[in-house]
This record gives sequence, C-alpha cells and structure tokens, in this order.
Amino acid sequence: MRLAVASGKGGTGKTTVAVNLALALRQKNLTLLDCDVEEPNAHLFLKPVFYFTKEVGIPVPRIDFARCTFCGRCSEVCAFNALAVLKDQVLVFEELCHGCGSCAYFCPERAISEHERPIGILERGNAGNIKFGHGRLNPGEAMSPPLINEVKKMCRPGLITIIDAPPGTSCPVVSAVSDCDYCILVTEPTSFGLHDLDLVSRMVKKMGVQAGVVINRSDLGDDRVEDYCRDKGLPVLQKIPFDRELAEYQARGEPIVKHRPSWHDYFEKMFYRIAEKCEGVSR
Amino acid sequence: MKIAICAQGEGLNAKTDRRFGRSPYFVLVDPDHETVLESIRNENADAPGGAGPQSAQLLSEHDVGAVITGNVGPKAKQALQAAGIVIYTGVQDTVGDTIKEFMKGVLKPLSGATVPGHSGIQKGQWR
Ligand code: SF4
Ligand code: SF4
Repeated sequence: MRLAVASGKGGTGKTTVAVNLALALRQKNLTLLDCDVEEPNAHLFLKPVFYFTKEVGIPVPRIDFARCTFCGRCSEVCAFNALAVLKDQVLVFEELCHGCGSCAYFCPERAISEHERPIGILERGNAGNIKFGHGRLNPGEAMSPPLINEVKKMCRPGLITIIDAPPGTSCPVVSAVSDCDYCILVTEPTSFGLHDLDLVSRMVKKMGVQAGVVINRSDLGDDRVEDYCRDKGLPVLQKIPFDRELAEYQARGEPIVKHRPSWHDYFEKMFYRIAEKCEGVSR
Repeated sequence: MKIAICAQGEGLNAKTDRRFGRSPYFVLVDPDHETVLESIRNENADAPGGAGPQSAQLLSEHDVGAVITGNVGPKAKQALQAAGIVIYTGVQDTVGDTIKEFMKGVLKPLSGATVPGHSGIQKGQWR
C-alpha cells in the first residue's frame, strides 16, 4: 500500500504526520520516502543510517556539429524550448531540458547524443526497522520530478510505503502522489489552510487518488476547514491540537510518538481507518 | 540590414513592446528606407519557458541583423549574440518613432542582460 502525505503549503506539519505515522507502524516492515527533495527533513527526526548514495541526473542532448545540418527539426520537436537552432549552431539550454529524448530520436542526421546532467543525490538507509529513502535536489535546480521518481523506485509491492510529498500543487507533487492508493492531506484550520486544502484536494481528486484530512493545530482557528471537509465528503482522519511541549520536541528533532504513547495509538488507528478504505486497491 | 522591433501589433504605427521573448510581434524594417518589410507574429510569446531563445531563433530564420527592444533576459541575450544579432534597448512609443531614433544614431548596442532570467509562467528559478 502506498500512502502519500501532502499539503497545499509548507509548514503545516506534513513531515510530522509522515514520520510519526511511520514510527507508530514500525513493526510493519515499512518504507518511508521523503520526496520533498527541495527541503528534505524527515531524516532529521528518523536519523537513518545511510548505506547507499548515488547521483541522479537527466539525459540532456549534445550536438555533433560534424553531422548537424541545422535543419531545425530538434528545436521543433522540443516541447520545452530547450534548443535554439541558429544559422551555424545549435544552443542547448540544459536547465530547460526535461530529458525526454525526443530531439535525439527525431534528428534526421543522428547528430544528437546524450549525456547526464546531475540534478541531485539519492540516499537510502535504515532507521531501526524502517527503510528510508530521500532525494536532495541541487541548489537552484528546478527539475525535481526525475529525482522524485528515482526515490520512489524504493516502493516495494505488497508492503507499506509512506511518501512525504513536497508542499504545494505543482508537478513535483503530482510525481510524488501519482500511483498512491491514498493521500493524507495535512492542513490548518485557518483561511490560508482552507484555501490550500481546496487546491490540493482538487488536484488529488483529479488524479483519482482517495484522500482524507489531518487538521494540525486544530484548536487555533475556526470550523471552516471541517465544514469544507463535510461538504466535500473528505473524512477528517485526525485533529492534532497545538501543544507547546510537543512543538519543543519537534524543534529538537524528536518525534512526538516517543514522548506521548497515546499518539502512537492515534496514528495506528488512523492507519487502520485508511487501510480499510484502500482495501481491494492495495498493491 | 534588416532590423526587428518588438511591437504589440503590425506596421509602422504599432505600439512597441518592452519585452523581447514575450513581445507579441516583431516588425521587420529596412531602416535606410524607413519602410516595413514584414510584421511577424511571435508564436513564442505565450510559451511557458524558453521564449527568449526561441524568439532569437525566429529572428535568425528571418535574417535579422539587429533587434530593438526594451529588455532582454540572459538566455535571450546569449542566443541573440550567438546568432550575430545586435541588441539595442530603447524602444520609443511606436515602431515609427523607434526607427527615427535609431537613424539619429542615439541608440547604443547592448553588452549585458537588462533583466534577470525568468522562468515564464511557472514559479522557480532557471539560471
Ligand atoms: S535535428 Fe539534428 S541535424 Fe537538425 S538541427 Fe537538430 S541536431 Fe542538427
Ligand atoms: S531531450 Fe527533450 S526536453 Fe531535452 S532538449 Fe531534447 S527534446 Fe527538448
């Protein structure tokens, strides 16, 4: 079963939910994948021991000018405007290239070969019996989906994988949430929280992924998020009230289930609720 | 020499556009005779990214020798320079006014990018 934890904006407690859920279920031979590759932070709480590191890149074109006739075909087929064919040269804008391979495929002169442009690092490790994987995108890099997809290769069929998705509603989130059986949406009971929840829940619905909501700092706002969930038929899976002591544990990089055994049960129960909803669609 | 002027419409009376890659039209003029050769629509104006280099390619295909615009980003500048197209900033109100100004010799060719790179519609940095 693949379970994504997403949120319409950063700072809602998405990683808190992913990490504590993983710890509550740690007897289950599960995998936690931090796909927030721009700002991975789940490892700060789980403190995994890494055993595998690899550089991830995307294949970008290199032009052989001895063969190129400057016909312009490559620039025509590139959907991302990464190639400009001029009178006597072809410019490759590598940072725009998605590595789709179309240009090399369509070049009539076979003048295009590919080389890897590094975009980030993939790391795998173990945190107790939790299998852990994450990606670190290179600073300033915009092309995160290929790295996210690489991290997701650690998903193992039949076993539970929890995916900490990047915040927001753009391509990287789609990469992280696609193929998941369920998506936990973490939000706050404020008007910003509601706005972002609306965006992300519509996106997840469009992707055909079931979703439920966790309301964090549930006592510091109003009822509009809950009303919204009732309206849209989104189950509220959990309400986490604000707790200064827990916030302090968090700030020190300590997961809350370690300090509050009751939370262990809450997260476990939430998991069984989700598992019930996913029955029959598990992979 | 053919000169391209970034414009919002066609012909000598068209208002100019200060952007390069996202300029809706390029009016190609023969400055010696102050005549319009052609007005070309810029299909790249709405591209999510890479509009600058694609527009440079378009001008290169039309054998343009110089372009007059308001601003160019770093990628557009790189492509224009690679294509041997001289960049002038300082468009006036209309295409016609801009040609007059150009003929006075007061516009200076550019050496650096005038605006930082953008990433089109999507949020993020492409540098
Ligand atoms: S398609 Fe091939 S031959 Fe044509 S311009 Fe591109 S690299 Fe050159
Ligand atoms: S690999 Fe795809 S995205 Fe990259 S330059 Fe070629 S056609 Fe464009």
